[in-house]
Amino acid sequence: MQKVQNNKAWWLVLPVFLLVAFSALIPLMTVVNYSVQDIFGPGQAFFVGTEWFKEVLTDERLQDSLIRQFIFSGAVLLIQIPLGIGVALMMPKSGIKGSLCLILLAIPLLIPWNVVGTIWQIFARGDIGLFGWGINQLGIDYNYTGDTLDAWLTVLLMDVWHWTPLVALLCYSGLRAIPEAFYQAAEIDRASKWAVFRYIQLPRLKSVLIIAVLLRFMDSFMIYIEPFVLTGGGPGSSTTFLSQTLTTMAIGQFDLGRAAAFSLIYFLIVLLISWLFFTAITHADKEK
Amino acid sequence: MAEIQLKSLAHSYSDMPQGPDDYAIRQLDHVWHKGGAYALLGPSGCGKSTMLNIISGLVQPSEGDVLFDGKRVNELSPRDRNIAQVFQFPVIYDSMTVYDNLAFPLKNNKVPASKIKARVHEIAEVLEIEDKLYKKAKNLTADEKQKVSMGRGLVREDVSAILFDEPLTVIDPQLKWKLRRKLKQIHEQFDITMVYVTHDQLEASTFADKIAVMYGGQIVQFGTPTELFEQPNHTFVGFFIGSPGMNLIEVQRCPRGVCFGSTVVALEPWQVDVLQRTRSTNIKIGIRPEFVEVSSMASDDTFEAEVLDVEDLGTYKIVTVQLDHENMKVRQSEDFAASTGSRVHLSFPKQWLKLYVDEFLVQEQQ
Repeated sequence: MQKVQNNKAWWLVLPVFLLVAFSALIPLMTVVNYSVQDIFGPGQAFFVGTEWFKEVLTDERLQDSLIRQFIFSGAVLLIQIPLGIGVALMMPKSGIKGSLCLILLAIPLLIPWNVVGTIWQIFARGDIGLFGWGINQLGIDYNYTGDTLDAWLTVLLMDVWHWTPLVALLCYSGLRAIPEAFYQAAEIDRASKWAVFRYIQLPRLKSVLIIAVLLRFMDSFMIYIEPFVLTGGGPGSSTTFLSQTLTTMAIGQFDLGRAAAFSLIYFLIVLLISWLFFTAITHADKEK
Repeated sequence: MAEIQLKSLAHSYSDMPQGPDDYAIRQLDHVWHKGGAYALLGPSGCGKSTMLNIISGLVQPSEGDVLFDGKRVNELSPRDRNIAQVFQFPVIYDSMTVYDNLAFPLKNNKVPASKIKARVHEIAEVLEIEDKLYKKAKNLTADEKQKVSMGRGLVREDVSAILFDEPLTVIDPQLKWKLRRKLKQIHEQFDITMVYVTHDQLEASTFADKIAVMYGGQIVQFGTPTELFEQPNHTFVGFFIGSPGMNLIEVQRCPRGVCFGSTVVALEPWQVDVLQRTRSTNIKIGIRPEFVEVSSMASDDTFEAEVLDVEDLGTYKIVTVQLDHENMKVRQSEDFAASTGSRVHLSFPKQWLKLYVDEFLVQEQQ
């Protein structure tokens, strides 16, 4: 059979190319398009180059909310990852109790995000909410609508309640995948509980923890609905995170050019940090 | 170091054992003496690993006691029994280096750092993995991993015993032989009680001074390799030890001996005595292929048989003969000349012809 030499095979790539174009490139390019123009109305657009980017990067309101965002995501990871591992370690290994735990854990994950916000908004109220009322009854002055610290703690608590189960479920599946022989060997080697965790469980949880950290970072960094429903970003702007600032800018003020530039920077930050996480963790693996 | 005694031990993996078939170990008494090198030999599924795990404490026996130096340890965990065990498949701590893997049991025992270093190097030298000490354990090959696994079992000096559960399964034959020698040397050097589980008779006899043969959840014979070969206590030992195994023929009671087909085999008077006293119809005679004598001349006590097959195994020949519809194997030297289809004359020397009633050897009363 004679071989045909031409480049027609490239046509086979076309479907993928179209798919990626419509799903990612074209929507993203419209944002890029807005970010370099100042638009006053139909037909009244002016090319402004990098003006918007400069303005966004020096905007104090945005810098503040970026700092808040980092603190929030950092706190989320610091609390939820260890807590999730802890919960997974304490769960029964199998049987009816194990299944029951899994169901209980999965419930918060199934609740729509704005419902979560609403639940906590009511639950944490000092007058009619069980939680808020209870805390106040203990003699602690607690008011999440007025006090910055209380507002922060409530938002964090809500996120911990909502998302720690995800970390716990991932870790639980990772733990169940460890062969019994490892525990037997550790028992024979007279390893302490801590040594079993440190040298057997933790190393074998690594891959699920990478996924957990990445998911929790990305989700918490993009959080919008829950704090918006719970505190509306207040008191003042103390719990206003990046996405809420962006939404206010794009929809509230209809400042499309600035919002577009901001969106791109936002997107790049998430991408950059996720990439850093991933390479740092997978790189540490390859040593030696 | 300790003497390990098993007292009317039985184990079933089911919660409500219905009958003897539900037991992995059926009612056995056994003593592993201090400082001995023992092998536990038997086919897959005979309860070897279960017994090992009961000794180490990974499995709690359903009945009976485990005694270390006379003290009951049933409720103690492996940690408290201070026992080392090497598993069939390598278990290594893959986030650690080889050195840290070997040092791990010592660190857990709070051994001083200087001592750890010396001991780890000593064991690494014995196992010939010194050059790998600072490599990550997970980058090792399967047999290197198993050496590390074994090293962790050997590194502690003060253990009650070291148990090996078919530790050389994943290792290639060349190295197997070498490691077995190593283990033997380690045993001679440190004088630790060692129990080595295997289904390979060669492995058992090169490692151990005494072998316990397990069959159907029971130890059917405990003895030196020579005893197992010359005086198999049970038809299973006869069949399992030796290659090929013992020739076993089902026979009936006859005057002055036993018979099968039209062949009559005379027995010693004391053997006939025993036969007369028992009611059992499960009677077998057994003789090892090595002990059957073959000649081309007929005489009073020979039986004529037909040669069915001759296998040349290089240094010797295994001859299959048929005697009165019963096939037998005979081991002959390289210069055995008879060919397939020819007739030969067999004789069974009295001291090697064994009589089994209900599968157990009939022994002469002293």
